[in-house]
Amino acid sequence: MSDSTSPSKRRTLQMLLSAGGTALLAAIAYPVIAYLKPPKLSGQSVSSVGLGAVDEYAPASATLFRFGEKPGLLMRYQDGSFRAFSATCTHLDCTVQYREDMGIIWCACHNGKYDLEGRNIEGPPPKPLDEFTVIVKDGEVHVTES
Amino acid sequence: MELFTSLRGWLDERVDLEGLAALARKKTVPSHRHSIWYYFGGVTLFLFIIQVCSGILLLFYYRPGEDTAFESIRFLMSKVQFGWLMRSIHSWSANLMVLAAAIHMFSVFLTKAYRKPREITWVSGVLLFYLTLAFGFSGYLLPWNELAFFATKVGTDIAGSVPFVGGAMLELLRGGEQVTGATLSRFFGFHVALFPAIFTVLLAVHLIMVQRQGMSTPIGHEKSSEETPMPFFPNFVLRDVLLWLIVLNILAVLAVFFPWELGVKADPFAAAPAGITPEWYFLFMFQVLKLLPSHVLFLEGEVFGVLVFGIAMALWTVIPFFDRKSQRGQQGRFFTYVGIAVIVFILFFTILGWVML
Ligand code: FES
Repeated sequence: MSDSTSPSKRRTLQMLLSAGGTALLAAIAYPVIAYLKPPKLSGQSVSSVGLGAVDEYAPASATLFRFGEKPGLLMRYQDGSFRAFSATCTHLDCTVQYREDMGIIWCACHNGKYDLEGRNIEGPPPKPLDEFTVIVKDGEVHVTES
Repeated sequence: MELFTSLRGWLDERVDLEGLAALARKKTVPSHRHSIWYYFGGVTLFLFIIQVCSGILLLFYYRPGEDTAFESIRFLMSKVQFGWLMRSIHSWSANLMVLAAAIHMFSVFLTKAYRKPREITWVSGVLLFYLTLAFGFSGYLLPWNELAFFATKVGTDIAGSVPFVGGAMLELLRGGEQVTGATLSRFFGFHVALFPAIFTVLLAVHLIMVQRQGMSTPIGHEKSSEETPMPFFPNFVLRDVLLWLIVLNILAVLAVFFPWELGVKADPFAAAPAGITPEWYFLFMFQVLKLLPSHVLFLEGEVFGVLVFGIAMALWTVIPFFDRKSQRGQQGRFFTYVGIAVIVFILFFTILGWVML
């Protein structure tokens, strides 16, 4: 029987079969891959947060706050001015902390060190901390994305 | 007795028990001065079985989720009878399994048992080993404590720094941009469903290959006629069982006298505490990452590290295809030195990580 099938017919059949197979695989793979990709939640993208009254923050102190899903670090300096950074270490994503005793911002995970302006000064962090913009209005602290 | 004989007869007619028994009688294990290493594969298998059993038991109380995971394990450990023991066994057995698998793998490497015709056994074995590490990594997060939370952040961030595919991989692993309850759900799925499924298939391939080809005799020991091969049954099996019993005892002592701690619940908005460490078997990578400068050549230190480790792991998997000499059944020193160098490297940085904690 197969001898009687012309080569061109066979080629067409082969092509149809592989095209069909590919389409089937794609029809399965695409939804699965798309399914695995987590959807963006509306609550995730925050562009600014209010952090309460200025007097709640003592000079020369630092406070962790939530910026959407991410942690932020609000610094109040000796002179009373504010700056805010992303508290996510630029090395491997740990959350940094203010170390009063060392006078630096410190990451416990791999002993990364930043100065109080968020510049990486020692250890593995490759970049300075991202910075937010702090706006003080009517005695209230607001932090927005810069 | 009557019943037993007729049951046996019934089965024999259907599954050829006699054939199986004949197979077991014929099977032998080579006997030489490196024979001791043959036992570590069996020990690994035994510990894996313990993992499956204790894991199933833990599932009866564990509740994944940001607000329930930690609490359910605290409940398990404080209220459920022997709950602390089950968890302790699961954790200790996991660690012993990694250790046994590592010993098994390196001994196979150094005796060149990966050489032709056992390449498939080696490749499946290495993949099983990597999967064991993945089991460890995913299981570590499930109690949702502080240490695990940050270890997972770091671990997944490393995966995220792989060039090109890193970003997608990070999202796939974390179920979002950050480590959250979504990550916990995924890791739970990996740990109790996806990985066991893949593991089972690979393990089947591995064991079937071992069964079909028998155990490898190290080069240079094949013709040593002074030692006769050991019958698999009962000699080898009995030794195996004895060793399993010893391992079970070690496990029990560890689990009872050094119960696994639960730690502090993870708080995604707290600073990373000092003393963040991964499990000991990742310690050497952790230590290397810690020591790498922030930039190597034109790459960020972590990207460099991840590339080097990734390439090394891939090469390790396919090493039988490079070792031409052993393929021809000749003794060669080069790959022995490679193996020793790898072991020394891992030991050195593990110890360094340990003392620098
Ligand atoms: S994550 Fe901060 S130093 Fe590594």
